[in-house]
Amino acid sequence: MTENELKEIIFRELKKIAPECDPDEVDLNENIREELDIDSYSFLQLLIELSEKTGVDIVEADYEKVYTLDGMIRYLGAHLL
Amino acid sequence: MAEFRMPSLGADMETGKLVNWLTKPGDRVKRGDVIATVETQKGLFEAETFEEGILGEPLVQAGQKVQVGTVLAMINPEGAGGTVEKVSDVSPAKPAVSAERVACSPSARRLAAELGVNLAAVRGTGPHGAIQRCDVDKTAQTRKMVEKPAPIAAPSAPVHAETAATDTLQEGMRQAIAAAMSRSNREIPHYYLEMEIDMSRPLRWLEVENLKRPIRERILPTVLLLKAMAKALRNVPELNGYWLDDRLQIKPELHIGFAVALRGGGLITPAIHNVDKLNLNELMKAMGDLIERTRAGRLRSSEMSDTTITMTNLGDLGVRTVYGVIYPPQVALVAFGRITERPWAEGGMLGVRRTVTATLAADHRATDGHRGSQFLEALNRHLQLPEEL
Repeated sequence: MTENELKEIIFRELKKIAPECDPDEVDLNENIREELDIDSYSFLQLLIELSEKTGVDIVEADYEKVYTLDGMIRYLGAHLL
Repeated sequence: MAEFRMPSLGADMETGKLVNWLTKPGDRVKRGDVIATVETQKGLFEAETFEEGILGEPLVQAGQKVQVGTVLAMINPEGAGGTVEKVSDVSPAKPAVSAERVACSPSARRLAAELGVNLAAVRGTGPHGAIQRCDVDKTAQTRKMVEKPAPIAAPSAPVHAETAATDTLQEGMRQAIAAAMSRSNREIPHYYLEMEIDMSRPLRWLEVENLKRPIRERILPTVLLLKAMAKALRNVPELNGYWLDDRLQIKPELHIGFAVALRGGGLITPAIHNVDKLNLNELMKAMGDLIERTRAGRLRSSEMSDTTITMTNLGDLGVRTVYGVIYPPQVALVAFGRITERPWAEGGMLGVRRTVTATLAADHRATDGHRGSQFLEALNRHLQLPEEL
């Protein structure tokens, strides 16, 4: 899976929980939970979808590593290898 | 023979559209079954029945708009002569059934007239379903507060077409919140108590528990708070109920209203039913289901009208302490801020612990601070024993 494909999956899933956002406009280094006002339940739903779509298990202790889009891409990318 | 009527889902709701029937004539229905989808100015609702029996022929067809209280279909007792008989005195789409046909105490009837409540829309809890004063009052209050989210637009829907409708929805919701909160501040003498709770133990326990689970089955800390709150309410039941007819009416059921913020703005607090009877897995599921349906506009009428106490958790934002405003006629609201690391002194030592501030807003007519503190103490005690939640 390329970085672009990964990004596409993340953006598509993000759109589902925050339909009004434009993922292209979101700063890659911002905490998306704060930036897009995503509560803990919706954030967990996002991680569930990402985990199931990519096959990467995101352990709970690592949640804070995926608070930014950049963090998500790097985390999933690293674990896909 | 019972009637299934167009429910009242808001003070300003006079008519509702029957969108579709979800149950066929001749089907057996029981209390709590969703019979039809109805649409109000505020979105879609799932209308439930409170009766048991065999659903009769529809008296109102899908797509028809009728007044609140209009009989949509009859519900016949089982074994009452096979197929459904046509009811002669109820014609389709007839305006709201007259109040005279409803079993009702004279004082409740007077109150209904005063408050402008349509008796046909009130669910009676007296003998044989007779309507009492408290039922009328509750309906009047619920109608002020019951609000609906905008149905979430399909991703492909053009955004502009939504804007006008969303504005009206937003406005309606703001009005309802304004009315309920003004009444609360005017009538309820609030008192507030807060307690900082050490969350290290429950969170460690949860982390170990979640480590064993696939991501889809993991439990959020909010679920521990909800369950501990339910258990503490069993210790201090006076906080769970209504202030009606100048007295506290403690409710045996624990239907905790769970504040859900809507993405477009506004707030809905539908109830999670019987929280005390659910284990943590079931509670996580129930909470997720409720959040999803709140945001998708698929709440049931009962979830908006039988909340016995409310919980709000603003912990997703940076807020540390929340002083809640009670939803009348409820008598308490429990609020949690963010779980953060804070300095914690214990046994002569200073350390760093993850803590949360729990705040109780309670109605001083119903309880005193002493009882309130016993509740917070109990909440803390239950949280420190997460394996028993």
